[in-house]
Amino acid sequence: MKPAEINVTVDGARRKSADLPAPVRQAVEQAIVANRGRPGALMPILHAVQEALGHVPPDALALIAQGLNLTRAEAHGVATFYPHFRSAPPGRTVVRICRAEACQALGARALEAHAKQTLGIDFHETTGDGAITLEPVYCLGNCGCGPSLLVGHDELHARVTPAAFDELIKTARAAT
Amino acid sequence: MSAVKIFVPRDATALALGAERTARAIADAARQRGVEVELVRNGSRGMFWLEPLVEVATPGGRIAYGPVRPADVASLFDANFLHGGAHALRIGAVAEQPWFRGQQRLCFARVGVTDPLSVDDYVAHGGYRGLRNALAMSGADIVEAVTAAGLRGRGGAAFPTGIKWKTVLDANPEKSLQPSALGPQPSKYIVCNADEGDSGTFSDRMLMEGDPLCLIEGMTIAGVAVGATQGYIYLRSEYPHAQRALNAAIANACAAGWLGTNVGGSGKHFDVEVRLGAGAYICGEETSLLDSLEGKRGQVRFKPPLPAIRGLFGKPTAINNVISFASVPIILDRGAPFYRDYGVGRSRGTLPIQLAGNLRHTGLIEKAFGVTLRELLYDYGGGSLSGRPIRAVQVGGPLGAYLPESQFDTVVDYEAFAAVGAMLGHGGIVAFDDSVDMLEQARYAMEFCAVESCGKCTPCRVGSTRGVEVIDRIKANIERGKNLALLDDLCNTMRHGSLCALGGLTPDPVVSALKYFAEDFEPRTGTA
Ligand SMILES: Cc1cc2nc3c(=O)[nH]c(=O)nc-3n(C[C@H](O)[C@H](O)[C@H](O)COP(=O)(O)O)c2cc1C
Ligand code: FES
Repeated sequence: MKPAEINVTVDGARRKSADLPAPVRQAVEQAIVANRGRPGALMPILHAVQEALGHVPPDALALIAQGLNLTRAEAHGVATFYPHFRSAPPGRTVVRICRAEACQALGARALEAHAKQTLGIDFHETTGDGAITLEPVYCLGNCGCGPSLLVGHDELHARVTPAAFDELIKTARAAT
Repeated sequence: MSAVKIFVPRDATALALGAERTARAIADAARQRGVEVELVRNGSRGMFWLEPLVEVATPGGRIAYGPVRPADVASLFDANFLHGGAHALRIGAVAEQPWFRGQQRLCFARVGVTDPLSVDDYVAHGGYRGLRNALAMSGADIVEAVTAAGLRGRGGAAFPTGIKWKTVLDANPEKSLQPSALGPQPSKYIVCNADEGDSGTFSDRMLMEGDPLCLIEGMTIAGVAVGATQGYIYLRSEYPHAQRALNAAIANACAAGWLGTNVGGSGKHFDVEVRLGAGAYICGEETSLLDSLEGKRGQVRFKPPLPAIRGLFGKPTAINNVISFASVPIILDRGAPFYRDYGVGRSRGTLPIQLAGNLRHTGLIEKAFGVTLRELLYDYGGGSLSGRPIRAVQVGGPLGAYLPESQFDTVVDYEAFAAVGAMLGHGGIVAFDDSVDMLEQARYAMEFCAVESCGKCTPCRVGSTRGVEVIDRIKANIERGKNLALLDDLCNTMRHGSLCALGGLTPDPVVSALKYFAEDFEPRTGTA
């Protein structure tokens, strides 16, 4: 089932969905087609779009809202409520540092300070070369072996010292 | 010679400690040496200091080696570890380790033992016996068994599971029926709370990765009991490994006829689907979770109505924690008295306890209620990892109180913890050594609440931000007396005026830090 061409309002201007960038359109269409029949489809659709595009652009939100018969404000309200969904593209590698208590007990505060200082960015920012986006996370379920850190979608690291952090960043920069 | 079975965990913590590289090194070495091995990717046995823990199935039983790094693999083959040979990393049989001997593994009986995705292995180790019994019982009798077992919710609030299920069983869905554009919808739901947001907790994750079929069986029994045909597992997005394990296990359970329209040949219908959260701690609160599942912002609902009466999509819903559901199969298998006979007071059965933070031996211990905090910290945990004295312990996640040494004889029991102003919660224990700054921990508690507040009520949303500011002023020694009084006031307002326990319990870590570690709130000398 292919959604019919629809009009969306983006940045105040009325555009046809066909005018949106092709990757955005395709990602949204695929996500909607795959999930439309499921109750509570919005969250799975947002996840699918972010997985495809790395973020959920405003264009996509407009299209999703139309596809699900929601107002744009509703779709926007949901997407912005959840820290996991980004509205802008991240760097080539997203690094999430656990800030929570069990990791604090093993040096997470020092690791966080080290990461921000050596990368020269704060949380939710991307390095100038576009390589690394730094994000906070509140527990990764690796609380027995902190400080914990997640690279990308599922590369979990345990007992991360500042030196180990520098190594990880070097590897990430070399790989992308 | 048939292939030797080698177990290398695929548990997320084991992977974080290098289990994937170890598994690959073993496979490569075996190929080079022309030895036939069968790698099983099991869950973790819960002894994290030994991960990656490799077990070999020898004729004399399973022999463990750990921690095994890729560089150790050649010497293990040389030492004939495939037959349990001697080696510096040889642990012996896991069940005979001191850490393991004192445990009562009911819920975690199979975790680390079986292939998590194999239905055959699951059944061979006692799986689906509980459901089979349940399928021959009435819904009311199943609910009665869970009530009689004394099982209380393991998500934190410790509400009796059987009583909740009875409400759902007795609820009349017709009253809350709503028309749907998607066609006929289920009239009751089972929802598993797998949001596990508390720092210091990972038992849900370990169970979902190490024995996902146990959770699925527990949810299926709940569905059969209350008459629900659809189950959802609301899983936090920080758990990609658990997501993969659950989806694979669900597919395998369907293929084996344990899910779907004819559960275990009974003609009963039950399906399970995994839905992902998106990084919001508040979505662990059950009504926020339900709103999130419905595709909304995860904001706390006013109660009543209870989810058991009007829950997901307005229908009666049994929402429970992962460990609550996963404790049900053994109750239906062995009977309520078997389960109820473990434990103390009104805390019946066993609790998977998670040792985290600054301890030498961290990991998972499942024990009957009644063990003391001190035994857990020193006998199991081995004291601090840093070698410095343990100064403070936070139990029950970010909303739990901080306890000093003088409280370490508190017994793991919901009421005993409540009596000292603390909370057992989901059973996570986080230890800090004497380098901890308790003012900073109190500040973080407020900061966390500010970051994670759903924004619906003012005491939580605004109070937490004010709390951070007030603590900063105390730290800077600005109008100390006045600000300490203000903090006390603020904590009272949050405790009594918040809509849910996020704002309502955030004062607990703050007030306990002030009470037991007052010296950290004294004026600071020097530049610190
Ligand atoms: C802020 C907040 C966060 C919560 N997080 C979780 C959680 O991550 N997992 C969980 O099972 N329960 C959590 N709860 C408790 C749930 O609201 C609810 O009590 C639980 O899902 C009921 O299941 P149970 O009876 O099996 O414990 C949380 C509660 C609050 C107030
Ligand atoms: S507190 Fe950092 S992983 Fe749990």
